[in-house]
Amino acid sequence: MGLIQLGRPDKDGAPDVITTTVEKAVNWARKGSLWPMTFGLACCAIEMIAAVSSRYDMDRYGAGVFRASPRQSDLMIVAGTVCRRMAPVIRKIYDQMPEPKYVIAMGSCATSGNIYDSYSVVQGVDRFVPVDIYVPGCPPTPEALFDGILKLQERIMQKRVFVQQPEQVKASLKV
Amino acid sequence: MHLLAQRIQDTYPAAFLSCTEWRGDVAVTVKREAVHEVAQFLHDDPGMLFDYIVHVSSVDWPDDEERFEVVWEFYSIRKRHRLRLKTRVPESDCIVDSLTDIWKGADFMEREVYDMMGIRFRNHPDLRRILMPDDYTEGYPLRKDFPLRGKGWRDTFDFLDEVPR
Repeated sequence: MGLIQLGRPDKDGAPDVITTTVEKAVNWARKGSLWPMTFGLACCAIEMIAAVSSRYDMDRYGAGVFRASPRQSDLMIVAGTVCRRMAPVIRKIYDQMPEPKYVIAMGSCATSGNIYDSYSVVQGVDRFVPVDIYVPGCPPTPEALFDGILKLQERIMQKRVFVQQPEQVKASLKV
Repeated sequence: MHLLAQRIQDTYPAAFLSCTEWRGDVAVTVKREAVHEVAQFLHDDPGMLFDYIVHVSSVDWPDDEERFEVVWEFYSIRKRHRLRLKTRVPESDCIVDSLTDIWKGADFMEREVYDMMGIRFRNHPDLRRILMPDDYTEGYPLRKDFPLRGKGWRDTFDFLDEVPR
């Protein structure tokens, strides 16, 4: 982005024109209005709730509008232990979200199954939905979740919106 | 012996097997055939009045001849006393009388015992799996010979066309 100063330099010195690319503007708008979906499965959900509430205030990063419907949201925070019986439900909800959509696997359980190496627990949510950001911790603190969201916003800024990216670039970006 | 256990022994001397007491917990083991009769007595007798069924659970003793043990916990809200009733079930004839006609609350808990341990309940109104899906075919997960990681079900995602990688 750049600033062009025209006219009025003698009055207040404020820039008149901001120049940028359409791509950056679109990505900037997208990263600043992440609407997450409430998807708390276990104890991580408590930390997710704490991250939204007043002490931490996730809304500062533009990611505080939690929706109850997948059709209105573009970020799924899978917070908690994923049982195999829950897996088709998560996949169905993911499929219902409009593009562009992102997934954060919050906590060790959603990332890898954690200590629950048992017959009923899925060993990582990435086995059936593509995950953008993994947040470690058991449970992660709200700060850790923020770190994940900020990293996701960095990823979103790297995305090409209007140009088809070559496959190698897509793979390296992992977005 | 505790008074409650003594009364069961006096009333059903043939069915009574043993009684243990530990820190105020009274557990009575009876013969499998007499479970329903004893339970009815516990529910109806004015000295017992066990009107609340706390829990139904089961234990797997893989080395024993009668492999499984079904455990009921009863509480009397009016009399404020509690009792644990146990019986042993062999693997070859894995069935015991349902108590749903005495305590309706036994319904879901007996379904859970059936789901996790594979013990069937005679005269249960709707004996289906309750925690695992109806089409689950790997067996009964809480049995000691069931592998901890299951038999592959947790890693099969049949709702996907292809696994994303």
